[in-house]
Amino acid sequence: MAEIQRRKFDTLIIGAGGGGLRAALKLSDADASVAVVSKVFPTRSHTVAAQGGMNAALANVLPDNWHWHMFDTIKGSDYLGDQDAIEYMCRAAPKAVYELEHFGVPFSRLDNGKIYQRPFGGQSQNFGGDQAARTCAAADRTGHAILHSLYQQNIRAKTHFFDEYFSVDLLKNDEGHVLGALIFNIHDGQPIIIEAKTTLLATGGAGQLYRTTTNAMINTGDGLGMALRAGVPLQDMEFFQFHPTGIAGRGMLITEGARGEGGYLVNGDGERLMERYAPKAKDLASRDVVSRAIATEIREGRGCGPNKDHVMLKLDHLGEDVIQKRLPGIRQTCMTFLGIDPAEAAIPVFPTAHYTMGGIPTNKNGQVVMPVKDTPEEVIEGLYAAGECACVSVHGANRLGGNSLLDILVFGRAAANHIITYLKENRYHRSMDENAVDKAMERFQRWDTDSGKAGESVNVIRDELKLLMEEHCGVFRNDEVLQQGVEKIEQLAERLKNASIGDHSDTYNTARVEALELENLMACGLATMHSAYARKESRGAHSRIDYPERDDKNWMRHSLYSFENGLDYKPVRTKPVSVDSFPPKPRVY
Amino acid sequence: MRFNIYRYNPDVNAKPYMQDYELKDIEPGMMLLAALLKLKEQDETLSFRRSCGEGVCGSDSMNINGVNGLACVTPLSDLKEPVEIRPLPGLPVVRDLIVDMEPFYHQYREVKPYLTVKDPMPEVELPQTPEQREKLDGLYECILCACCSASCPSFWWNPDKFLGPAALLQASRFIEDSRDQALSERLEALEGPFKLFRCHTIMNCVQVCPKSLNPTRAIGNIKKKMVKNSL
Repeated sequence: MAEIQRRKFDTLIIGAGGGGLRAALKLSDADASVAVVSKVFPTRSHTVAAQGGMNAALANVLPDNWHWHMFDTIKGSDYLGDQDAIEYMCRAAPKAVYELEHFGVPFSRLDNGKIYQRPFGGQSQNFGGDQAARTCAAADRTGHAILHSLYQQNIRAKTHFFDEYFSVDLLKNDEGHVLGALIFNIHDGQPIIIEAKTTLLATGGAGQLYRTTTNAMINTGDGLGMALRAGVPLQDMEFFQFHPTGIAGRGMLITEGARGEGGYLVNGDGERLMERYAPKAKDLASRDVVSRAIATEIREGRGCGPNKDHVMLKLDHLGEDVIQKRLPGIRQTCMTFLGIDPAEAAIPVFPTAHYTMGGIPTNKNGQVVMPVKDTPEEVIEGLYAAGECACVSVHGANRLGGNSLLDILVFGRAAANHIITYLKENRYHRSMDENAVDKAMERFQRWDTDSGKAGESVNVIRDELKLLMEEHCGVFRNDEVLQQGVEKIEQLAERLKNASIGDHSDTYNTARVEALELENLMACGLATMHSAYARKESRGAHSRIDYPERDDKNWMRHSLYSFENGLDYKPVRTKPVSVDSFPPKPRVY
Repeated sequence: MRFNIYRYNPDVNAKPYMQDYELKDIEPGMMLLAALLKLKEQDETLSFRRSCGEGVCGSDSMNINGVNGLACVTPLSDLKEPVEIRPLPGLPVVRDLIVDMEPFYHQYREVKPYLTVKDPMPEVELPQTPEQREKLDGLYECILCACCSASCPSFWWNPDKFLGPAALLQASRFIEDSRDQALSERLEALEGPFKLFRCHTIMNCVQVCPKSLNPTRAIGNIKKKMVKNSL
């Protein structure tokens, strides 16, 4: 094979969603040379699909402050979130929103010209008091507005993009320094080595693990797979969020903002079901609570429709004006996919796979950390992660709606700030480790070679994986179901090793991309299933029927799963930066 | 259901050809993208872009029975058989239904599609009234799928000189933004016979936009602003 092309940058950013683009903008404006590598054109990244908005205690509508936001986030996380990172995020939130506004984001507005904010789930004033209105919104297209504005600012800043390039693996030397990555151009199949002093993973979540999902087809946990293969453990992967209101049977997201604007859920008997489960917050309880409530109603026979297999989200009382002004996107989605106008009829909904709370462990600078000997959080030099692929952890066992856009912007920026400092102290590239290149090339070429006999197809294994995750690692879990899940996914992972593809072309070979994606997805599935089987308690989104209570004595700790060592644990950081810690309390809404 | 799909892989084929496919088990409410994904299970070499599946990311734009659209929001029940699927016209084909979008992106970058504020930034948000913000509705929602520009004869003939409806819609999005302070520069940059004025109000762009946006109206508004600005 001809010599592989090599390019050198100060920083390599993998992923061009909100986290990657926010970091890229900061770095480009600081005159660092940045390469942003994305398997899709940046504005097609999944941030574009975020609807409801971004939390920040601006107090534009109701009284608010960052400390209340911090409390809500910790309570929402079921006390698994790290309190130093949560304090950092909530304090940084207002500035993050104002920056976006200055970049051009067309936020909806109040009569006084300030940014519009709507109520969202799990928000309160005064540490658990009345409902707050903390979510800054651009109608119900906030992610689209943010992603496009960030990309546009990167055009201004002349950031260097590698659009439609796929990242194969991180390149790491024996001392543990990350030196860049092997990528390839999807258009012509040619590999390129990107040498970088710092590498930021911003590849998003793994929502494609489940059959019915709100997530785009590109959400295959690529950065998570790359991290695991580089020997980095994944943290808290058992915590996977099911959004209460995906369109039943199809998965399209209906924003929590629909309930924030006054919508509510109804069961088959016409009752407002959330009154039973969260008497105070009702439909604006945390997502894990609402999803369990819907699943319970259906299990107990109070679902809607001929099969009693969903509940209804009612918005028709809000009036066409509110729906058109505040929720135009979900109105369009309902008309397209259901032929229903939510201004006139209720929407059938069901809890749907939505968000990966776990991910690559980082500190609040975005630096990737892992246990080394007795140190639970040793920094991996040169490697950063931000956004859904990272686990800072600000979401703990359950993410609050509106905190995801906030997470990517605050920690994309924080990582860039730390990288700028790091680059000042580390002026030269380390020499490339050719063994690491060979290993990455092996993975890249694995799908090219035709052994002569066809193995199983990628899509058969992918479909089985998604079904098995749904059946064995869904909203409710127990020992038996999880144990079977572990056995099945281990077998499936073995089968993937012998799978093959029927396309060996170099030109825009989507079959090969899907095969590489499935390897990443399988790695995420293994981490999720093993971590879920081991955790014998119920906390946030991890609901064990056989262990229905939260067990702070034994389980208030983060899971770490790696290929080398299986499961390990580390303590939750309960000490904030400047304020008192919030001790665990029973969680009622 | 029968499909007739444009195939071309430069590694293998000397020239493009049309391939017939048949799909059984069409479920009610099924979109074209779901059908294409099933066809790809039968034939892994069939290549197209796709991601969100709900008309937000703009990846799966293609020419469907002669009309540009997004496969993920096109119901099969609306389509006459055999469904003829081709890549977007007017852009170079990379492979099968995948076109090289760079000429389209280039024109997008040409209009400097980013907010320009010359005054010092306040520590809080720049104020904007709901009425001022409403002027951006119908402009900011573009998903860059290129259905419009790839349906525009003026863009087909002059893809390097005429900016095309998508880029002009973006230009309008910043021209109309009360916070933007580069109005004169933006309008001046659009002068000349090609960049804007090659639009002959054929209105194909309005017909095909999957987000129901109206680039022709945006172009008309830019022209009005130009007249006003020159007085």
